[in-house]
Amino acid sequence: MIANLVQLAAEEEQNPLVPPGPELLVGTIAFAIVFFFFWKKLLPNINKVLEERREAIEGGIEKAEAAQVEAQSVLEQYKAQLAEARHEAARLRQEAQEQGATLIAEMRAEGQRQREEIVAAGHAQIEADRKAASSALRQDVGKLATELAGKLVGESLEDHARQSRVIDRFLEDLEEKAEAAR
Amino acid sequence: MSDNGCGFPAPGLHSFLFKPITTVGGFEFNKVMLLALITTLLVVTFFTLAFSKAKVVPGKLQMVAEAGYDFVRRGIVYETLGKKEGEKYVPFMVSLFFFIWIMNIWSVIPLAQFPVSSIIAYPMVLAAIVYVVWVSVTFKRHGFVGFFKNVTGYDKTLGPVLPLVMVIEFFSNLLVRPFTHAVRLFANMFAGHLMLVMFTVASWYLLNSWMIPAAGVSFVMTMVMILFELFVQAVQAYVFVLLACSYIQGALAEHH
Repeated sequence: MIANLVQLAAEEEQNPLVPPGPELLVGTIAFAIVFFFFWKKLLPNINKVLEERREAIEGGIEKAEAAQVEAQSVLEQYKAQLAEARHEAARLRQEAQEQGATLIAEMRAEGQRQREEIVAAGHAQIEADRKAASSALRQDVGKLATELAGKLVGESLEDHARQSRVIDRFLEDLEEKAEAAR
Repeated sequence: MSDNGCGFPAPGLHSFLFKPITTVGGFEFNKVMLLALITTLLVVTFFTLAFSKAKVVPGKLQMVAEAGYDFVRRGIVYETLGKKEGEKYVPFMVSLFFFIWIMNIWSVIPLAQFPVSSIIAYPMVLAAIVYVVWVSVTFKRHGFVGFFKNVTGYDKTLGPVLPLVMVIEFFSNLLVRPFTHAVRLFANMFAGHLMLVMFTVASWYLLNSWMIPAAGVSFVMTMVMILFELFVQAVQAYVFVLLACSYIQGALAEHH
């Protein structure tokens, strides 16, 4: 087979590794045309479009990113406001508590004071009443004693039985007076 | 080859010879040249349709073309050269990839059924262009002395082995590299075409009496080989461009 090939090659003077001249020329021209078109026309064309596409996509991405940044800032603002409001509310609550406490303390002190006043007034009243009663009683007792002494003197020389009856009557009188006074 | 006794028209080097279709002023124009030119026409037409009225929101055609373009641009050029350095070489590499791929694909297209890149002239032209680009970039980047340091892998730390390394690297980079670059593509397509022709012809040739099952096997093999070739065609186009990029990467690299 190989011998045959060699023989054949010799016969036809054909060596597959020796290029025929015209083919070299045709190959060069054929490739040159392809290269020229790609280089000068087609690839610049498509590269422009690819670039536009890339920009379109990146533009979209940039827009999305901007929107996200904005949303983030709004969220932060909102959170800050919320925190501030919470803080304010807490402050107000505390203030109210403090105010309430002072108010209660004030009222308690006031009540205490009033109570003491009332108690003091009561004491004074009682004292005055007691004094009045005691002076009235003293007058009554004097008068009664005088009256009793008069009666005792009027019937002084009567017997013991009378004597004891006078005392009894006086006491009954006294009791009736007390009864009537009540 | 047709005289080996059984009459089997075995494929051989003659499978890669074409009679001129027409002669233009002493210039013999054959099928492969026609296919090469149609390749150009196809690639340019396809990408013109896809890209000349490109829209930001792509249609189907534009999407497919963009995928191909992006595959070469990002998958090969940016990967090896980086976005900054590589941008300049994108048109070159994209043209290389699609030109080579379509040239390869002719292998399995009915009526054409011949990979243009199995004629050494075409890979050679492309490898030569890559070579020229690579050499000029190296010169521009490193100057005259720097060029030789770059291509010979000059590295003082190697000590006494340095001369040997330099000689080997010099041959490997400047002389062998363009050759292997072209031959890798050529040989793959050449061998693939031979296999396809062999199984195709055999399925026909074996198609008599008790050989028919063998013909069936051969036919199945043809189908399998077509699928395999479709894979190889794409891979070889990819490898060619990837190597071109890695050569240029070597040129751009600061010598160490």
